[in-house]
Formats: sequence, C-alpha cells, structure tokens
Amino acid sequence: MTSQTLTLGKALNLGLRRAMEDDAKVVLMGEDIGRLGGVFRITDGLQKDFGDDRVVDTPLAEAGILGTAVGLAMRGYRPVCEIQFDGFVFPAYNQIVTQVAKIHARSRGRLPMPIVIRIPFGGGIGAVEHHSESPEAYFAHTAGLKVVAVSNPVDAYWGIQQAIAHPDPIVFLEPKRRYWEKAEVDVDAAPGPLFSSRVVRGGDDVTVLAYGPMVKTALQAADAAAEEGRSLEVVDLRTVSPLDLGPVFESVRRTGRCVVVHEAPVTLGLGAEIAARVTETCFHSLEAPVLRVGGYDTPYPPSKLEEEYLPDLDRVLDAVDRAMAF
Amino acid sequence: MTAVRQPEGVGEVVDPIPGAGAPHLPEQPDLVQLLTPEGERVDHPDYSLDVSDQELRDIYRDLVLVRRWDVEATALQRQGELGIWASLLGQEAAQVGAGRALRAGDMAFPTYREHGVAWTRGIDPLHVMSLFRGVDYGAWDPVATGFNLYTIVIGSQCLHATGYAMGLQRDGGEHAALAFLGDGATSQGEVNEAMIWAASFGAPVVFFCQNNQYAISVPLERQSRVPLYRRAAGFGFPGVRVDGNDVLAVLAVTRAALAAAREGQGPTFIEAFTYRMGAHTTSDDPTRYRLASELEEWKLRDPIARVKAYLARSGIADHDYLASVEAEADELAGRIRSGTLEMPDPPGTAIFDSVYAEQTSELAAQREEFVAYHASFEGGEH
Repeated sequence: MTSQTLTLGKALNLGLRRAMEDDAKVVLMGEDIGRLGGVFRITDGLQKDFGDDRVVDTPLAEAGILGTAVGLAMRGYRPVCEIQFDGFVFPAYNQIVTQVAKIHARSRGRLPMPIVIRIPFGGGIGAVEHHSESPEAYFAHTAGLKVVAVSNPVDAYWGIQQAIAHPDPIVFLEPKRRYWEKAEVDVDAAPGPLFSSRVVRGGDDVTVLAYGPMVKTALQAADAAAEEGRSLEVVDLRTVSPLDLGPVFESVRRTGRCVVVHEAPVTLGLGAEIAARVTETCFHSLEAPVLRVGGYDTPYPPSKLEEEYLPDLDRVLDAVDRAMAF
Repeated sequence: MTAVRQPEGVGEVVDPIPGAGAPHLPEQPDLVQLLTPEGERVDHPDYSLDVSDQELRDIYRDLVLVRRWDVEATALQRQGELGIWASLLGQEAAQVGAGRALRAGDMAFPTYREHGVAWTRGIDPLHVMSLFRGVDYGAWDPVATGFNLYTIVIGSQCLHATGYAMGLQRDGGEHAALAFLGDGATSQGEVNEAMIWAASFGAPVVFFCQNNQYAISVPLERQSRVPLYRRAAGFGFPGVRVDGNDVLAVLAVTRAALAAAREGQGPTFIEAFTYRMGAHTTSDDPTRYRLASELEEWKLRDPIARVKAYLARSGIADHDYLASVEAEADELAGRIRSGTLEMPDPPGTAIFDSVYAEQTSELAAQREEFVAYHASFEGGEH
C-alpha cells in the first residue's frame, strides 16, 4: 500500500492528473485553470505537463464551457469542466439542464455525455456574494444528471477519477472550505464505489446524515454528544443523486431518530427528500419525525453573518435534543 | 416608434422588411446570387459553382421532394396526426444548398426546422415525423448520419457545433461542423459565446443563419440594428450574405466556407437571406403580424420556381424529368402519410430506458413500480 498525506485540494489535483494519464480523451476546461492552476490551484501544474489542448483556459463564459463540452463529448472526449464558484454556475444552467442532462435520453443512448462539472461549493470562507452557495438540489432535481459531494481527501482523490471514468454527466461538488483538510490517502486501492453512502461513525441514539462540508460538522457534533453520553451514528451520504439510503434505513431502524444536515436552505432541499424516503421506508421504526438542519430561506448572507446562517455543531446538537425529546 | 439612431461607423442599419409598402423588390446589398428569381444564371466575382447537369437535376429533385414532404406534414398536423409541425416552406433552397455542401464526416447541428438538411443527409423523413407525432425525440442516428438531433432551445446547438469542431481539431481530420440558427437566435447569449469560442480557437465551424425575417412574430429589426452578416466582423471572422432562395449561391458560399474551415482558416458566418412563407409552426397565425402583400412579393422569389425555369430554359431537364419528379414527390408524400399513420406508440416503459448510460437503482425501482401499477389493472399490460 502506498499512502500519502494529502489535502483535499491536492488529492483532487493528483486524481485529475491520474485520470489524464489514464485516458488521453480527458480534457480539462475552465476559467484560469491553465497557467494560474485555478483560483483554488486544483489544476496546478497540469497545463504545463499536459499542454493547453488538454487543460484549456477558456473564454470567460460558463454556458460556453458547458456547451462546447457537449460538442467535445459528442466527439468522444471526456470534458472535465471547472466552474470557478458555485454561484457562477447559473449562466451554464441552461446547457446543463436542457442539453447535458437530456442528450443521452434524446439520442436513445447514441450520444453519451461523460462530462464532469466540478464546482467548489458551500460557505464558511468569508467570501462576497455568489461565492458560498449550495446549489445541489437544482441538479439533483434534474433527470439525467448525477450529483456527488465529497467530504474528505480520500473520496476526493478516488471520486474525481471514478466520476471522470463514469459514462453519465456528473456534478461533482467540492467542499471549498475543506480544501485544506488533510488525510492519509491510499493511492493504490479505491475505497468503494462512487454512488454509495458510508457510515463514518457508529452510534445508537440518533442517525445524523450529512455530505460535503457538513460531514466534519456532524462528526464534531458526535464527539460533543458523546461527552454528554449520547451516541450519534454519522452517515456520509457521498452521493446526492442517486441517493444511497440503504445504510441509512438500516441505521434508522436501530436508532429510530434521524437528523439531516446540509448548508443549503431546508425548504425543498435534500433533507426534505430524505425525510420523505426515510418516513416511507422506516415509518414503524421512527420515534421522532426526521428533522432537518440547514440554511435559512434567505440569500446567502454577507460574511459577517454567515456563522449565523450555516449549521454548526450546536445547531446539530439542538436538533438531536429535539429528536430525543419526542 | 422611436427614431433609430445610426451608430457611428456602421454604414447601414438593417434592411427594411421587404414588402412593407414597397411596390418593388427592395435592394439587398452584398447579396451573393448565382441564379436570379427569373432563373437566369449570373456570375459573382467571389463565388463560382462547378456543378454538373445531373447534379442540377438532383438539386431540383431535392427541392421538390422536400417541399412536398413539408406540405404533407402540415396536412397531417391539421388532421390531428402530428402534435405540431415546423414548416420550412420558402427555405428549401437555403437548406438543400447548405446540406449539399456537407461531406461525409462533417457534422450538421440543426434547429428544429432543418428538414431539408436532414433530407440531404439521407435521413428517412419518418424519423423526423416521429418527433412531431410525439413518439420520440427524433429517431435517426446522429453519429451515422452526421446530422445531430434537433435542438429546440434556441441557439444552444451553436456551442455544441463549436465544441464538436474543437474535437475535430484535436482529432486532426479534414472535417468541419455546420451550425444552423435563425435570425432570432442571433440575440441569444449562447450563440454569441459560440462565435467567441470559434474565433478564439479557430475552430472549423460554419454558422449558417437562415434569416427568414421573423422570430415567430417579431421582425428582424428587434434582433439587430445591423445586417446580421456584419456581426461576424466583430467576432473576428468573415461574414457573408447570400440569397437564401438561390440554391446554387447557397451551395457555393457554404462549400467555400466549409473548405476554409477544413483548411484551418477558422469559422465563417453565413446569412442566408430568405423568407418563411408559412407560419412559424402550425400553432402560429402569421396574419396577425405580417401583410399578405409581403408574402406575395416573396413568392416572386420562390426558391424552386427559379431552378425549374433555369432547367427548362437551358434544356438540362425536359418535361419528362420534371413530371417524374412530381410523381416521385406524390409517392413520397404517400409513404410519409401511411408511415406516419402506421407508426406504433412506444411502450410506456420507454420513458425510463435511456435516461442514463448506467441506470440508477432509484430509477430502476420507479420503472418496476410503473410496470406493477399498470399490471394491476384488469387485462394486465397497458
């Protein structure tokens, strides 16, 4: 086993490099991803090593990035598009929803769309407007897309490679505030398939579900709860669409209580869908309604207020208390 | 109506809409023409066309058959056999000319009106009819035919064509992409992005704009204050305006543009100046936004009549040939009619089957529920 200590950002960089080495059809496209290496340096050094035909500094237009990616995919390429920040994906939203997501169905499978759309998402970095959003529900609501949200360097390294090799279009959400988190990454063996959730901490009292940046928050909440004698089971969903809820159902049948945590606004967010499915499947095991902890139904606030907006350890524990009190 | 200020440095604003009170055919500056509305062959200093007599007869045949298909489809829609039909009436020359300029290995990116281009790519009309009947999204194989599926969101296919052309560049072949768009689409951001991309990367793509004067009901003046072909200069590549009702000029201009693209000279924007003689679609009523006299005037520029006049006068086609094309057109119409009426409805489960290359377990479960639900009715499947 070869393992390296990597930040989440560096794990993505190495994963992209390996995908490009494995398949000459992989083309990276985005704004400032070449010479600069991306605003978060995720593509650092790749243009130098693979050339500007494979790491393309594009004009500054997101619809153009996704629209030309569609054409490249029709020619057999595997475009990996970087959207610089979550809030800038919307100019490309038309191409993603009306074309990328639908061309496989429209062509009855004759035109696969193996496109990966990398988006740094979520808040907590003190940024200005449009740099801290969580748009996953828009994409999860669109048939034809798959949506992945990694939480740690191991999944970042392997997940980006698995996503690039996958035949369907994938929105690949990167928790930007966790880009600098480190972990040991085994670069020889994948930890498991892409579209699967994973229990990352065992427990008996309440099942806490999270993905992306909130996994760490949920684990911190579990540590704090343990000090008070409460045992939280934490599930990293890893995939937002499709959802892999088998391990969640198994967990909720034991705990009888479920809390879903995400940064996105709760109304019609992933938590709502998960609550419905858990209720449909585990109704007789539930001791309390499924509770949601998330952003409020407001625009993402100015950074001086983002701590009030984002779920944190205390808000997770508050929901756990409410679930236990039922 | 607000007075229009002419921007400095732009010599000419958009042409008046033909027929708006004008008793004569209006001037069309910079219009490339090789065959006049009266059927006279004329020369152009920049474009010539090497075309055999047989090819001329074939072109005529294409024009006639495509129009007959269109007429039959409109009738079928009126009889309730199609959900909708987007007529190409009046645009046959633009489409047949552009389509015939393509070679095997080139890729066309149509809107939803390019039935004439589909025809030149060898696509079975029934594979187009199935889309408008609501059976599927278009049944032809885009890879095998070099003709992408219809794209209904206005202008989106221009970016696909440009990306495809970037792929052609990387593959090192000698092929090009041909993006179709209308006058309305030139207002779309994505179309402008496509032209920026194409210029920046020198992509082998040609933008073929059929300016049929209206975006449903809105006339060209609302889309542009300059003639459309002049937009290309702002992006840094050539723009040319061709008589879109002159199939020979369209063929010559499109061939030249595709040849330039294949030779690494980058994109060209072609404005095919034409007229939608029918409605936008069968759901539209053009009498609400344009004058009957305008249509009458454009009928004088009919794209097929001029070819017929030229063939007959020059002796390239005799009466028997012209009659045989008419007979073939009737036969085609019959085949389209019966084929449309006999088209089976798809099975309900078809909606699940091509959403993904790798089906998700969630969607597989929905499919099972769907099947079980329908099987629960008396008589089973449904």
